[in-house]
Amino acid sequence: MGLSKLLQGDTGGQWLLGILVVLAVGVPICNLWVPETSFFHVSTYVVTLLGKYLAFALLALAVDLVWGYCGILTLGHGAFFALGGYAMGMYLMRQIGDRGVYGNPLLPDFMVFLNWSELPWYWHGFDQFWFAMIMVMLVPGLLAFVFGWLAFRSRVTGVYLSIITQAMTYALYLAFFRNEMGFGGNNGLTDFKDLLGFSLQSDLTRIILFMFSIAALISGYLACRYIVSSKLGRVIVALRDAENRTRFIGYRVELFKLWVFVFSAILAGIAGALYVPQVGIINPGEFAPLNSIELVIWVAVGGRFSLYGAILGAVLVNFGKTFFTAALPEVWLFALGGLFVLVTLFLPYGIVGLLRRKKAVSS
Amino acid sequence: MSFLEKTRTFASRDKVYDFLMPEPVFDDNLDTRHGPILYLEDISVSFDGFKALNNLNLYINDGEMRCIIGANGAGKTTMMDVITGKTRPDTGSVFFGQRIDLLKMDEPAIARAGIGRKFQKPTVFETLSVYANLELALRTDKRVWPTLFAQLSGPQKEAIDETLLMIGLMEHRHRLAGELSHGQKQWLEIGMLLIQQPKVLLIDEPVAGMTHQEIERTTELLLALEGKHSIVVVEHDMEFVRSIARTVTVLHEGSVLAEGTMASVQNDARVIEVYLGG
Repeated sequence: MGLSKLLQGDTGGQWLLGILVVLAVGVPICNLWVPETSFFHVSTYVVTLLGKYLAFALLALAVDLVWGYCGILTLGHGAFFALGGYAMGMYLMRQIGDRGVYGNPLLPDFMVFLNWSELPWYWHGFDQFWFAMIMVMLVPGLLAFVFGWLAFRSRVTGVYLSIITQAMTYALYLAFFRNEMGFGGNNGLTDFKDLLGFSLQSDLTRIILFMFSIAALISGYLACRYIVSSKLGRVIVALRDAENRTRFIGYRVELFKLWVFVFSAILAGIAGALYVPQVGIINPGEFAPLNSIELVIWVAVGGRFSLYGAILGAVLVNFGKTFFTAALPEVWLFALGGLFVLVTLFLPYGIVGLLRRKKAVSS
Repeated sequence: MSFLEKTRTFASRDKVYDFLMPEPVFDDNLDTRHGPILYLEDISVSFDGFKALNNLNLYINDGEMRCIIGANGAGKTTMMDVITGKTRPDTGSVFFGQRIDLLKMDEPAIARAGIGRKFQKPTVFETLSVYANLELALRTDKRVWPTLFAQLSGPQKEAIDETLLMIGLMEHRHRLAGELSHGQKQWLEIGMLLIQQPKVLLIDEPVAGMTHQEIERTTELLLALEGKHSIVVVEHDMEFVRSIARTVTVLHEGSVLAEGTMASVQNDARVIEVYLGG
């Protein structure tokens, strides 16, 4: 299936890809070559902020695929994001080497601080970039596989499934807080120095990370677009609307759910891996149940059952968050809660749903 | 049980173990040489002490059109649940042809083996087009990866068009299934069964809530299928049963009360007492 066929009739998607390509070209130019005094200069702070939004957009895409299309209301997708982030964080920790406060060539600072004498077994291999990249996808994928296999096979659906996904992320949240786990306890992993030899503090590295985030979002969008326009995409919509009917025409519903859930978890893991080097820290706070609920709000605001809607929602809500937490910090949580109530009551399909309705009325 | 007895049971010559049985063969090799395509024997199902099915014995012949009637709670829907794998019976056996043990299979496997089921309430995929509804039902490889890369082949497109003509929804093929009328949804669901090329069709109350014209149209549709598939229809509408049935089975309190032609069943004293009410 060619690119043009994939985006046929997907006006929103064409716009999205257009904007991303413009950003990919414009932002590096405005950051690196436009002088700082110029109006068009984009500061490195903004580049990093945009990169963060792009990682969130990829995460929203993952949530939309399982919730909007497959009907699984997951309240634990933050866990897969955080696991991907931790895998990346572990690689970055190993890259610090003997430049840490304690100067231990092998052990990260927090392990020295805890008087550990050797590297735990699960930290081995993370000094290799390729290994860490595999883990970024494998760990969330594997967790999603085991969790999904048990949950879907037992035909746990609806609210019950949402609750156990929430329990899953909460359990990980508590576990990662423990120092004995060997992931830095409540401080998490931070103080990163460089990635593949490039200093994380340099503008050029920031730009490259930004470009990678755009590339990941474009590929993620195209992959999701391929899935939802394939026959498998129609099967998951079918099982969302009438699970029994789907089962009685011969589809193993649980395997389809599992496939989508694992794919989405891997996508979330990649988003986490892009997020960590840009913000410079990963801690157990990312596993907080509240984070996962916020993801669902992004998708609901933008428009579930619409891939670009999820991305729109993630960017808008996060932009609002950046703005309000700086300007009116005490208002933000009320604004977020109010937003969710309004969207649920008046915009079942989010902003995209509103646009579609307008279009339908005018034509 | 003593050791000797155990050995005797184990070595018993007339016992055929499952692993010795040939793999179940579907499609044309379904073994119906002895007549029946479905064997339900001594089926009992109880829910919290209530016996929904009580030693039910029922045989459906290959190619036959059978109507099943019975009051509410007589066990009609439970019987369908047992055949399609939704409910496991406490006792009894269900065989499809002579060799395929349905109690060992789950719902999708039973559907793939060739037993199609229509629900009481019309159930179609409302947010998908009529065409996509049929495309999903199509008899083809329904595993996950092949589904991801599936493209419709020429013969498959023809099969969908043929079915669209048969159920009279050709001009509605691009509409969303949710926009169809009640009767059209029922036909679409029947179409979704047919396109799977099932051996047995289980149809639960096909004309409930239909207008007169729609009932006539449905009767024609079912009669056209007679002989090509074995059809089991559960229905309350006696008029409709009379118009399509060759053989009627009356269920009462989870077992068969009477079986025969419509005329003989209607004159059966017990049936008059419990169901038809004179």
